[in-house]
Amino acid sequence: MIRLDRVSKTFPGQTTPAVAELSFDIDEGEIVVLVGPSGCGKTTTLKMINRLVEATSGTISVAGTDITSVPAPVLRQGIGYVIQRIGLFPHRTIAENIATVPALLGWEKDRINQRVDELIVLVGLTPEMKTRYPAELSGGQQQRVGVARALAADPPVLLMDEPFGAVDPIVRGRLQEELLDLQRRVHKTIVFVTHDIDEAIKLGDRVAILNVGGILEQYASPAEILRSPANRFVEEFLGEDRSLKRLSLTPISDVDLVAGPIVEPTATRGDVEATMKEHGVDWVGVGTDGRLHGWVWGEDVTGTAGDLEPRPFSVRLSADRSLREALDSVVSSHTGVAIVDDGDRYLGMLSIEEISRHLIE
Amino acid sequence: MIDFIGDLLVWFTENWDGQDGYLIRAWNTIRLSALATAVAALIAIPTGALLGHYRRFGVSAVAVVNIGRALPSFGIIALALPITIRIARNVPDGVPIFGSGLGFFPGFIALFALALPPIFTNTYTGIREVDPGTVEAARGMGLPEGKILRSVELPLASPVIIAGLRISAVQVVATSPLAALVAYGGLGRFIVDGFAIQDNIQIFAGALLVAALSILTELLFSRLEKRLVPRPLQLVEEQAAAPIGKPVAA
Repeated sequence: MIRLDRVSKTFPGQTTPAVAELSFDIDEGEIVVLVGPSGCGKTTTLKMINRLVEATSGTISVAGTDITSVPAPVLRQGIGYVIQRIGLFPHRTIAENIATVPALLGWEKDRINQRVDELIVLVGLTPEMKTRYPAELSGGQQQRVGVARALAADPPVLLMDEPFGAVDPIVRGRLQEELLDLQRRVHKTIVFVTHDIDEAIKLGDRVAILNVGGILEQYASPAEILRSPANRFVEEFLGEDRSLKRLSLTPISDVDLVAGPIVEPTATRGDVEATMKEHGVDWVGVGTDGRLHGWVWGEDVTGTAGDLEPRPFSVRLSADRSLREALDSVVSSHTGVAIVDDGDRYLGMLSIEEISRHLIE
Repeated sequence: MIDFIGDLLVWFTENWDGQDGYLIRAWNTIRLSALATAVAALIAIPTGALLGHYRRFGVSAVAVVNIGRALPSFGIIALALPITIRIARNVPDGVPIFGSGLGFFPGFIALFALALPPIFTNTYTGIREVDPGTVEAARGMGLPEGKILRSVELPLASPVIIAGLRISAVQVVATSPLAALVAYGGLGRFIVDGFAIQDNIQIFAGALLVAALSILTELLFSRLEKRLVPRPLQLVEEQAAAPIGKPVAA
């Protein structure tokens, strides 16, 4: 969808290029995150795609067309653009802001109104905000308007330059979720710039890690990058908690679960002791018919395991949650395991050993 | 004191009509001031806006324009007079503005030079100080440069630009009596002639009329500001006048 071929940019009055001989492809419908330290040319690269910065050499094509073959404003009208400063027009209402590009393209009034209504709902705003002015909205709401405005003419490509950099972490997390959710519905080709590796890992289908001077160090899926960083720079950029980041990307369903020390309610003290010995624990789970009721201390069992009121497991996770969450539940529970079920049926459990074995593989 | 006020009232009742009455002279002052301000605006707003948009030559342009502020209007009138008289000699009869080269023409030049700097400086600064994020977003969405200037930068800079117009207009009206020195028939006549014949009542009445006209001008532009500035920007009106006071460093 987007192809950069040996693209360089040297700003006037500078000897070293901001971006040097950069080549990579972005497929249709994927989110590619450009990430790197400041001075790595990620924003410059992004702005070369809509020609806010003109490349010094090399070619960029969008949907097979060389971007220099059309006038810059025409090119830009077909590419959504969202920036950190949002840049809403303070003298225009929210509806007018969103309608900017459709109005520029000369759409009929009815069609514009209909589109604005659609977008307001799509980005999670309420219709009564249409007549408000940007200053009356919170930062998070303004950025939603910014996204709606960029999507207004339904461009196939969306460029986002640190769009969530200026909002607080809680709102940022929510906006990230919303973007992923939105992407599942609109299937745009999104190029996203950030300096935050966690954001890159969370949002990117693929992540391009850039080094100072616009050098592409690695371009791969987040899981691939975390599993095998291409070099020392990437490793350092990923940070100390690379393994934890990998865990947050891996769903529990990727790991083979074990049944664990589980007994029927009818199990005797002897059965319980045998099970505990086998698993090297001092507790057992009590369950029957594929359900897990809870757990008991082995030494409390006198008659059968079912005689005691089972203690509930504090956290039960579904298989689509991440190993990171499983780890969190492991370290904070009495039993030292995470219980996985589908809300009803018991699927198995995870111990810290299982989780670390997955990382080492 | 009572006598003085009484005499003043008598003066106002006796001197309102006719060729030398204060109505005609007020009208002449308004005409001269309005034309000087309008021509200054027609030149300063487009150039200021373009230079502000492209962020070019701003500092040098502001410096050049500010010469108008540095030169005293009195001096400009004196300097202009011999030139305008010479020009007037070569202008065919029937072109009313130039007349003999006395009065209107040199007055106009002085007031025009006075009006130019605030309008230019405020337009340039106002456009430059529009949030770069807003301009980048506009450009990134594919607005052509002219449209960015017209529908984003100018509306957003309008409080500052109109403040510049207001300052110019009030200064021009307040300075306009000087034109009487070169025989212009505005309100300044009462002051200049009053001094000549040592008629304090007439001097005072003339000064009063000039002051009233200045205040009216101020009010007119406040109204204009309310009408022209986009509603959501009016909340920040107080800040809008700020660039005037501080030196323009770019």
